[in-house]
Amino acid sequence: MNQVASVASSAAPANSITASALRRHTLWDAVLKHGTRSAAITVLLLLGGVIVTLIEGSWLSLSTFGPGFLTTEKWNPVSEEFGALAPIYGTLLTSLIAMLIGIPISIGIAIFLTELCPPRLKRSISTAIELLAGIPSIIYGIWGLFVLAPFLQAHVQPVMISTFAGVPLLGGLFAGPPYGIGIFTAGIILSIMVLPYITSVTRDVFETVPPTLKESAYALGCTTWEVVRQVVLPFTSTGVIGGIMLGLGRALGETMAVTFVIGNAHRISGSLLAPGTTISASIANEFTEAETELYTSSLISLGLLLFLITFTVLAIARFMLLRLQRKAGR
Amino acid sequence: MNESAPPSVSTQRPHMQPRDPMANRAALTEKISVRDVRFYYGDFLALKGITMPIYDKKVTALIGPSGCGKSTLLRIFNRMYDLYPKQRAEGEILFENKNLLDPKQDLNLLRARVGMVFQKPTPFPMSIYDNIAFGIRLYERVPKSELDDRVETALKRGALWDEVKDKLNQSGLGLSGGQQQRLCIARSIAVRPDVLLLDEPTSALDPIATAKVEELIYQLKSDYTICIVTHNMQQAARVADFTAFMYLGELIEFGETSQVFTKPKQPKTEDYITGRFG
Repeated sequence: MNQVASVASSAAPANSITASALRRHTLWDAVLKHGTRSAAITVLLLLGGVIVTLIEGSWLSLSTFGPGFLTTEKWNPVSEEFGALAPIYGTLLTSLIAMLIGIPISIGIAIFLTELCPPRLKRSISTAIELLAGIPSIIYGIWGLFVLAPFLQAHVQPVMISTFAGVPLLGGLFAGPPYGIGIFTAGIILSIMVLPYITSVTRDVFETVPPTLKESAYALGCTTWEVVRQVVLPFTSTGVIGGIMLGLGRALGETMAVTFVIGNAHRISGSLLAPGTTISASIANEFTEAETELYTSSLISLGLLLFLITFTVLAIARFMLLRLQRKAGR
Repeated sequence: MNESAPPSVSTQRPHMQPRDPMANRAALTEKISVRDVRFYYGDFLALKGITMPIYDKKVTALIGPSGCGKSTLLRIFNRMYDLYPKQRAEGEILFENKNLLDPKQDLNLLRARVGMVFQKPTPFPMSIYDNIAFGIRLYERVPKSELDDRVETALKRGALWDEVKDKLNQSGLGLSGGQQQRLCIARSIAVRPDVLLLDEPTSALDPIATAKVEELIYQLKSDYTICIVTHNMQQAARVADFTAFMYLGELIEFGETSQVFTKPKQPKTEDYITGRFG
């Protein structure tokens, strides 16, 4: 023991590492380790807290209506009968429309920017897309209500109605009077809002494709489309799906812009042009009016449902990524 | 075959023997004729008027210090530089009596006939089978059975078949570096090109894999015209029939490999080959 101590003390000056410096290092290492760990644990605690609060808040409504809450369309604050089917339907449908319109356009922009665009144009388009992402959602809402909805009502929806009238399936989807506001308009607004997210993520991952990989495809005689289809997209599939999920997450939860243009009607109609509602729009609209406990609790239940839907979407995305990676042998 | 096994000496032997220059000369035809080609990166003149032949069914090596324009010249032969704005070539390169620098030249067709293999192996993110079938499917609609045959032939030609025949459906990314490079060569061959351009094909490989690729090059020259850029002078001496020495964008010397390496006509060539600079 004594010997060890003397060795340590005699060795210390030789290396000019003093005991206090050593202690300071160990201390900082410990601070870093415990500090970062508690930061990471905080995330878990927060998530758990959110879940617990949501379940607690929605307990009254869930125990009153049971599983029927999910399958009831009726939403009547006067008689205190609440069902979540219409908001769920509206949330999923608007997001689906947003994705159907947004994904092809976003990926198209990203392909153009990375593969075909002259450098000078590239910078201005990229900036425009970043600015698009920076517009607050309330602005989209106002623009949607005062500009887009009247335009659709006057010029687009009447054409759609008359074009698809009598066509099976499509006729039903585009039926009824052109309100301007409704599920369809909300879907379009959402597609514009998710576009910058999907575009910038896909553009970034497209740029990670090694130039020599693309060159070797060109060297076989591929056209640009073949290079994109066969090399760029497979190489970046993980990132592209990630970008799409980021956009989908935003579309599912978007509140303000949707509230402005969806019409806020708790009903399910076969037509896309009819007004509807989404989960987040319902909550935002009605929370101030919810006077009874059951009403409030039902709205919180909607929040819990949105949480579950988003979680499921993310889980499915993870699963898809895993399968893709396994297929690619990585 | 196992990559870690010691290389069999016999694989190196055939092309190590002294060649008979007269036998070569007998049936020489020019596959590609480079005539006064200049190349610009923006304003920078990278090739200052190159004139040289690439002979049919022979291996031509381009050697020279870094930045001398070897790879640049190679990338003109399949117009790879067209992908990048601000790069342009002047002059004339005759390929089957047509100037391939002609703006009207169909690039996809040209690149199908002039294959290229790069410095780093670049397998596509798909199965080994699809890596080979990819190029074939671009141009031809072939039934599955014929496609299988073509893939097998290409892999055999690429000296890779024995190593991968049991795992054709696995990803090409899972192969070793040397195997990946032979996969890339096989992929180029599958399209049935006339000319094969190799841009430092072994610089990322270990010596054993390098020996296999060199052996492959030697076998392939009976069917293809090959042009190889290399930093390794021993490699040029081993695989090439003709060697071009380039320096600072100019062609200093072109001749039969044995002559360039044993009796160089230009003092600069001799300096480079003996290691006095570069």
